Amino acid sequence: MSILLSRDTQIIVQGITGREAINLTRENLAYGAKIVGGVTPGRAGRDIYGVPVYDTVRQAVSANAEKGIRVTGSIVSVPPNFTQDAIFEALDSGIELIVVVTENVPRKQVAQAVEYAGMKGARIIGPNCLGIISPDECKMGGVGGPAANTKQAYKKGTIGVMSRSGGMTTEIASTLTAAGLGQSTCVSIGGDAIVGTTYAELMPFFEADPETEAIAIYSEPGGRMEAELAEWVTTHRSRLPIVAFMAGRFMDEMKGMRFGHAGTIVEGKEDTTAEKIKRMEAACISVAERIEEIPALIRKRLAERKR
Amino acid sequence: MPGTFIDVRVDASVARDPEIAKKLEEICPVSIFAAEPSGVRIVEENLDECVLCDLCLPAAPAGKIQIVKLYE
Amino acid sequence: MRFYEYEAKALFRRHGLPLGKSQLIEGPEQARTAFSALGGGPVVLKSQVLSGGRMKAGAVRFADDAAAAEAAAAAIFPIRVNDQACRSILVEEKTQVEKEYFVAITWDGRAKRPVCVFSDMGGIDIEEVALSHPEHVSKTHFSTIVPLMPHVAKQAVAATGVTGSDLNKLAPIVFELMKIFLAYDLTLAEINPLAKLADGRFIVLDGHIDLEAEARGQHKKLLADLGIGDDETRQARPPTAFELAGVRVNSADHRGVAGNVVEFDGNLGLVIGAGGGSLTLFDAVRKHGGQPANYCEIGGNPSMSKAKELTKLILSKPGVEKIAVMMNVVSNTRVDIVARGVIKGCLEAGKDPAETIAIFRIPGAWEEEGFKILKKYGVDFCDRSVSMYDAAGRAVAKLRK
Repeated sequence: MSILLSRDTQIIVQGITGREAINLTRENLAYGAKIVGGVTPGRAGRDIYGVPVYDTVRQAVSANAEKGIRVTGSIVSVPPNFTQDAIFEALDSGIELIVVVTENVPRKQVAQAVEYAGMKGARIIGPNCLGIISPDECKMGGVGGPAANTKQAYKKGTIGVMSRSGGMTTEIASTLTAAGLGQSTCVSIGGDAIVGTTYAELMPFFEADPETEAIAIYSEPGGRMEAELAEWVTTHRSRLPIVAFMAGRFMDEMKGMRFGHAGTIVEGKEDTTAEKIKRMEAACISVAERIEEIPALIRKRLAERKR
Repeated sequence: MPGTFIDVRVDASVARDPEIAKKLEEICPVSIFAAEPSGVRIVEENLDECVLCDLCLPAAPAGKIQIVKLYE
Repeated sequence: MRFYEYEAKALFRRHGLPLGKSQLIEGPEQARTAFSALGGGPVVLKSQVLSGGRMKAGAVRFADDAAAAEAAAAAIFPIRVNDQACRSILVEEKTQVEKEYFVAITWDGRAKRPVCVFSDMGGIDIEEVALSHPEHVSKTHFSTIVPLMPHVAKQAVAATGVTGSDLNKLAPIVFELMKIFLAYDLTLAEINPLAKLADGRFIVLDGHIDLEAEARGQHKKLLADLGIGDDETRQARPPTAFELAGVRVNSADHRGVAGNVVEFDGNLGLVIGAGGGSLTLFDAVRKHGGQPANYCEIGGNPSMSKAKELTKLILSKPGVEKIAVMMNVVSNTRVDIVARGVIKGCLEAGKDPAETIAIFRIPGAWEEEGFKILKKYGVDFCDRSVSMYDAAGRAVAKLRK
């Protein structure tokens, strides 16, 4: 089953006439996502692969409402300077699930958007993410790329995937698929220091999803997200075995340098890979050194649980 | 001159149409077409940026625009 | 991006935070003038360097007369602290400190809000204080959309047991720091120590400001006022010419990323991505015993020309004979566009792509097109059935031959 979205989720794309948005609109449509509108100010009346373009989110939502369609999702793919406003616009128009693709949004703007989303009871995934996919159900965002490539990497199954790295979301899913392990839902949560939804915040959804049997995550230096996940797993006695892949081990020797995502600068002992591995292992999260080890580790953990 | 990987050919019969030139300039996400008073001009340095989105094809009558992959 | 102490203090001064008298000097010969300008009393000379640990390194010294000040300055200038050079020296009047406080505002990624950390045991390692005397450290989160109110700062100070006139003098300073943090998109605003003087006044003795790199564009005026140039990356070590060239490649257009170049000593050029993929691949190359010439990231579907320019830059580095072009299975970045870029980069650098590209391992979006291009130019490539780890191994093995 899927978490967060379903094949009936009605979605708009903000910034639909941009180079990236054109791409992901075509790909999402081809994968079966219900993209029912796009927004680019000043471009109302155009269409992108048959999707009508509006000037405002409100227009996109009400035009659909007249047809009896309730828009609940938005993909935000606008330049960094316009991203915060785009998120607020979506929230003000009642959008409940917002996938923010844009990179390089300053964290204060993200924090404000996330705080506002909390007040509105909405959820933000990202920024700086590739989106969400529930194989054979729906996808929102660039995750997986063109439909044919997406189908090659993602197969329906029982493993949930969460990743701070968009690219590694697909790498992990593709590795699982090749090993015969399908996925329930995969979420690219974004690589920034502040993101709308963290690993620990996604856990209750996976926990409640009867079809998810195990979780694979991508992990890297910087931040406290893995510590938060380890804490959640321990205090909630999670039923789900978790396997993590840890990248960026070389960074432990290079404190203060920024590699990878905005969230990866190592600021203290707590956010080095060595420390994170220790914490995760203490919470019974298995840590893989190579991605290709993930499927075997998951099978091992699943077998242990059945015994 | 074509790019290293991509060439875009506009049929002479539509190349001077200012309407089509404008549409092409607007639709191409990587600015391969420039609308000029004399019609459409191909911006050579952008040819290899072509993302094969095919959005230029319906901007002119069928078959009048050709995208050629030089690596095939 | 980190500010020098004198820049942080210039920002504090604009906002009316209390500071002692000081003079910035660019060379030891200016120390005498600075000394007398400060009134001829005892002074402290502090290296302006983008690193902590100045005291330990001997880059902070005291002087009671002009000659001693000049000698101290002469001793401080050549000292590198954690490989960072001394830019200038801040000469400040020495003050009679009665008590030291600590205040820092930073982001809490879990709460997704700013957090103010305050302690009445300043001057020493705050992490240690938090462990040994938790009651002397307060953590106060605050909203980024509800207007910031002074009581939030008052709460932060009072929570450590500070009361009386000290509370009423400290709270406005903390409040101002919170406002500064939000106004300039900072990732860290710290005053440590925040000193109470023998005469009852409070002053900022040392400050640390980090401005978010992504927000530089919005604070151009401040950066210009402080004299901070666009090419100052302010990483943990100063950028090399190669790295600065990488910054220029990435800022040439806004489409995708082909940058974050970090120079290393090895001989294997890396054109790798994306954020997480680069970390994974860099680990893999090292695990196989390979010696990377650089770290970099391509991602977010960069333009062909960005990939091309990055390739040319890496190939221009002396000692680099081959490059490995590797990524995780890509979704939005396109295999064909990157293939075009790296091949064109090789060609424009006057090199044969087939010889120069040790391995091309980018599966995913538009791979059918990409693989056609690679075949045409005879480049050794692999699909997703070869793991990132094994692809890195193949590139390293090729260099050994």
